Amino acid sequence: MRTTAWTLCRALTVCVLLALPLTAAAMDSADERVQELDENPEAAAERELASVAGRELDAGTAEVLAGLATTDRATLEQAIEQVAALQDPEALPTLFALRDRRLYFTDDQTLIIEDSDDGSLREAVTGRERPDLETSQLSQPRVTNTVRRALRPTIAALQIFSDDDAARRAAADELAENPQPELREAIKRAAEEEDDAATERLLNIALAQLDLDSEDDARRLEAVKLIAEVRANRLRSDLAAMTGRDDDGNYVEPVAEIREAAAAGVRAIDRRAAFASFASNFVYGLSMGSVLLLAAMGLAIVFGLMGVINMAHGELLMIGAYTTYVTQNLFALLAPEWFHYYLVAAVPLAFVVTAVVGILMERGIIRFLYHRPLETLLATWGISLILIQTVRWLFGAQNVAVSSPPWFAGSVQLMQGVSLSTSRVGVILFAVFVVALVWYLMNRTRLGLEVRAVMQNRDMAAVLGVPAKRVDMWTFAVGAGVAGLGGVALSQIVNVGPEMGQNYIVDSFMVVVLGGVGNLLGPVFSALGIGVTTKFLEPAAGAVLATILVFAAIILFIQWRPQGIFALKGRAADD
Amino acid sequence: MQSQSALSRLGRLHSGTAWAVLAVLAVVALVVVPVLHTVLPQDSPLYMPGWMVTLAGRFLCLALVALALDLIWGYTGILSLGHGVFFAMGGYVMGAHLTRVAHDDGSVPNFIQWLDYSDWPWYWAGFESFAFTAVMIALVPGVLAFIFGFLAFRSRVRGVYFAIITQALTFGGMHLFYRTETGFGGDTGLTDFDSLLGFDLAQAQLGLFLASAVVLIMAYLLCRWIVTSKLGRVLTAIRDAETRLRFTGYDPLRYKLFVWVVSAVLCGIAGALYVPQTGVINPSEMAPPQSIEMAIWVALGGRGTLAGAILGAGIVNVVKTWATSAYPDLWLYILGGIFIGVTLFLPHGVVGLLRRRKEASQ
Amino acid sequence: MNTLAKSMDDFRELMRRDQVFDIVNRPADNATVDMSHGVALYLESITKSFDGFRALDDLTLYIGDGELRCIIGPNGAGKTTLMDVITGKTRPDAGTAWFGNRINLLRLKEHEVAQRGIGRKFQKPTVYENHSVFENLELAMHANRGVVTSLTWRLNGEQADRIDEVLELIGLTGERDRLAGLLSHGQKQWLEIGSLLMQNPRLLLVDEPVAGMTGQETEATAELLTSLAGKHSVVVVEHDMDFVRSIARQVTVLHQGSVLAEGSMDQVQNNPRVREVYLGEEE
Repeated sequence: MRTTAWTLCRALTVCVLLALPLTAAAMDSADERVQELDENPEAAAERELASVAGRELDAGTAEVLAGLATTDRATLEQAIEQVAALQDPEALPTLFALRDRRLYFTDDQTLIIEDSDDGSLREAVTGRERPDLETSQLSQPRVTNTVRRALRPTIAALQIFSDDDAARRAAADELAENPQPELREAIKRAAEEEDDAATERLLNIALAQLDLDSEDDARRLEAVKLIAEVRANRLRSDLAAMTGRDDDGNYVEPVAEIREAAAAGVRAIDRRAAFASFASNFVYGLSMGSVLLLAAMGLAIVFGLMGVINMAHGELLMIGAYTTYVTQNLFALLAPEWFHYYLVAAVPLAFVVTAVVGILMERGIIRFLYHRPLETLLATWGISLILIQTVRWLFGAQNVAVSSPPWFAGSVQLMQGVSLSTSRVGVILFAVFVVALVWYLMNRTRLGLEVRAVMQNRDMAAVLGVPAKRVDMWTFAVGAGVAGLGGVALSQIVNVGPEMGQNYIVDSFMVVVLGGVGNLLGPVFSALGIGVTTKFLEPAAGAVLATILVFAAIILFIQWRPQGIFALKGRAADD
Repeated sequence: MQSQSALSRLGRLHSGTAWAVLAVLAVVALVVVPVLHTVLPQDSPLYMPGWMVTLAGRFLCLALVALALDLIWGYTGILSLGHGVFFAMGGYVMGAHLTRVAHDDGSVPNFIQWLDYSDWPWYWAGFESFAFTAVMIALVPGVLAFIFGFLAFRSRVRGVYFAIITQALTFGGMHLFYRTETGFGGDTGLTDFDSLLGFDLAQAQLGLFLASAVVLIMAYLLCRWIVTSKLGRVLTAIRDAETRLRFTGYDPLRYKLFVWVVSAVLCGIAGALYVPQTGVINPSEMAPPQSIEMAIWVALGGRGTLAGAILGAGIVNVVKTWATSAYPDLWLYILGGIFIGVTLFLPHGVVGLLRRRKEASQ
Repeated sequence: MNTLAKSMDDFRELMRRDQVFDIVNRPADNATVDMSHGVALYLESITKSFDGFRALDDLTLYIGDGELRCIIGPNGAGKTTLMDVITGKTRPDAGTAWFGNRINLLRLKEHEVAQRGIGRKFQKPTVYENHSVFENLELAMHANRGVVTSLTWRLNGEQADRIDEVLELIGLTGERDRLAGLLSHGQKQWLEIGSLLMQNPRLLLVDEPVAGMTGQETEATAELLTSLAGKHSVVVVEHDMDFVRSIARQVTVLHQGSVLAEGSMDQVQNNPRVREVYLGEEE
């Protein structure tokens, strides 16, 4: 059994060494494929909406749209107002084209849209393709900033009736930012029909904002109450203005009841903002902590269990990230239909590749240096330099592009004002997975049992037939492999380049030193603790000073507990 | 009487042969180099151009760093991966002086203006005086080392843990100085110096070289005095059996702190001499890789021997100067190879190898 | 409850007439130990737990001035922890430890305990391997431990004679200039005992001095330790029962962190409880 594993491991080593130059050579062409395959989902949704092919507009709409075929600014603005009043979603492609300067017209006032994808020219009204035309022969409406400002709410007013959730939310957001009185009825209708809560909230904010200027006291009060209820931060200044007096000393808002409601609204909004900032600090802290944890977990095994100071740890992260890059490009070349799922394959691959590199390091160098920790430190630093230069030689000194799959893009709104990009959420979940994996390996497998035995009493374990040297090798391999997993996670949130590992080495060691060795909970608590503390310090101190303060705090903490948060206690801990 | 015993103590620092070697090296540095640079005609094959004098002067500064690191690592067994921060502190103090001298017309450098200060901020006060600067060159790294060392040694942080937190120290220092708001020029650092003590820096290569040589010789004698005294034997005892020493009634904290501060101050002096010879000081001197590289100078030359530290610094830096210009892509392989080779095959460094050769031939 | 008792102790300590405050009244390095009551070491109600395991459990022990005491007990009885408490390496959770009548050991750090006159020899011989035998003894010599003094310190004739004397005593005169790391195991044990003597302590704590020694060396060690008693108080922790029998006048048996029996070797050997937990297994 063991021999098989050993042979397998050697075979893998040879494969990796042979495959590296080959894949490196194939990478350049693969990069282009990746760019093609890596498309933005929002752009895709809009392209769907903007497409005119195979659509025929009804006569009324076509007539109003024809007004856009003009080079005169005033006429154009008028025409846009008419289109807005029409409230026909079918007009959207034409408006998009106008906004993006893709709208042309012929001498006989036929509107022509240039397709954003293939550049083909189609008639706006019929959707027919017109290969006989060239853009150079056509006129274009003059799109100034004023026109664009007028276009935005118009597009939004049409888009709020779209079938696509994301498009509706974007439109509602635009309207909440910039509501137009003439769209009031449309917004109201949309709000009543809307079933997506976030979009409905935005539409209500837009309505309330319009009603704040209303002459009708009841409407104003209603609007103030609504704003307070949904705690719309963007309207805080409007509410605050209502509670004040103008230059003549008169209240801006004549009705006392509304003034009080506005003041209450400001307080409610402030409370929510304070809570949101606390929550976001905490969530961002957890996110940063998970990154630290993923970066440090492999080190916690190698340093914590074996006492090996692996200064090449950062480079193992880097190799994990480059494995992700290579996997991505191999998918692009060999299996483009599965491209979006390359990350799933990258996880085990990164583990194996870095584990093999780890085994080579352990067998080749580190095993000769056990019991000489400071020498191990220097030797592994030497290894790290060589690894950096090798990666530079294979993949170039520049950063490489690792794309996030579409299911990893976008963001998740955790509460009003606190949202986290999906990749960050993914990293937190991945950190949980890695901790669970390490826990499983250490507590539920034969290897884990042997590792713990060797760690507690090497001689005794050897007497009982545990092959201590082989256990060292596999422990190092697991530690390196886990570092590789960390590299996969890092590739999704930071730049991937030959020197990326150097940024993590000090942080990783801080996590392990603070956490204490020999306990899985130690690094978990210290990584999350460092992350959360840093994020809470950042608003006041700035990012750099926060990091420095955290370092200082760690040094002071070591004063109090030299063995870290979760230390082995008792006599075993002395020397 | 007193001076006589001090002299005899000095005499006992070395055997006769070693004194002779030292004297020869001192003559080379203090007499031969000036002659090669100034007396020989420029077309002579032995003529030493100014850039080469400066290069040699810089190597002497780095050798001083190696000496300082050897004192704490080689003799006391405490590996510091943060000596770059002390080097940079000395360098920044000198840089601050040179910057003020370059702006003696009352103007302030751009990076001060960007901070919306119309005049020098308070922490730049005093650096216009060379005497003040000279004191600060020792004081700034010394006080920093004292505070950090006291905290670390008091809680008995040792071995790799100490190495790691010193690395964090220099890493933190680097980030602090990268901030523009810190007021020392951010990532560009301090540069555009023109004169020191009234001498035009462009013409002062030989003077700076000689100053570096004199300081290195004096520092060497100081280190030699320390390691041959009972203090030196206590330091080695700390390295080999700290617990035993503690139960013998010594307080290792004081000894470690003393040698740690001495080492930091020497390193600061090296930095202060280095900066006028390179014309710039910036936060990259505090990058962790720089400090780790210092450790390999000592390891390559031979830990626990002062001559070895100097030799190691010389070898690595000469190879680095050559390789980074001739084979820039290979330099990291060479450096990595040195790290691995020394730890695996040369635990006592080049000096240990020579010693073994000598013993074998006898 | 425990905290209360501790703060009461602290309070009482504060009210002592013979002492102002610690900072003001720091005893000098060479402060003489007051043993006017004939007792070198008072250990009372010492308790120390590690993770719930009671290494020392309400232990009370007195060592007389000039006494040679052997401490025996099975593994885990708390012998090493006891040594650690006396020498300041470990702080007990409760109890008091006084050296003579004046020195409160629980307030001192390891090196201060050593400076007051308590020497300790470890189970595993530790010598400074890269120093010569002579330098080992020189470092151990009872002298000023200041940093700056050590920079200019030089051995005077009297001190050199003292080192030669100890070299003679431990039989390493011929090895004077050899590196300590090159000595045999037994020689290292002796060198460590010699270093201990150089400290000129009032109380010697000796942990398993004859481990790894030949029969002859063991005999010589026994002779040395007996000769030290009288001038110094000596506490020997040992597993080798024959050795204990050969030197012991007074034996203390530790079991599960407290004193099980105390008395002469014969008394202890005939104690039924001792036979049960310890000697019973041997015979």
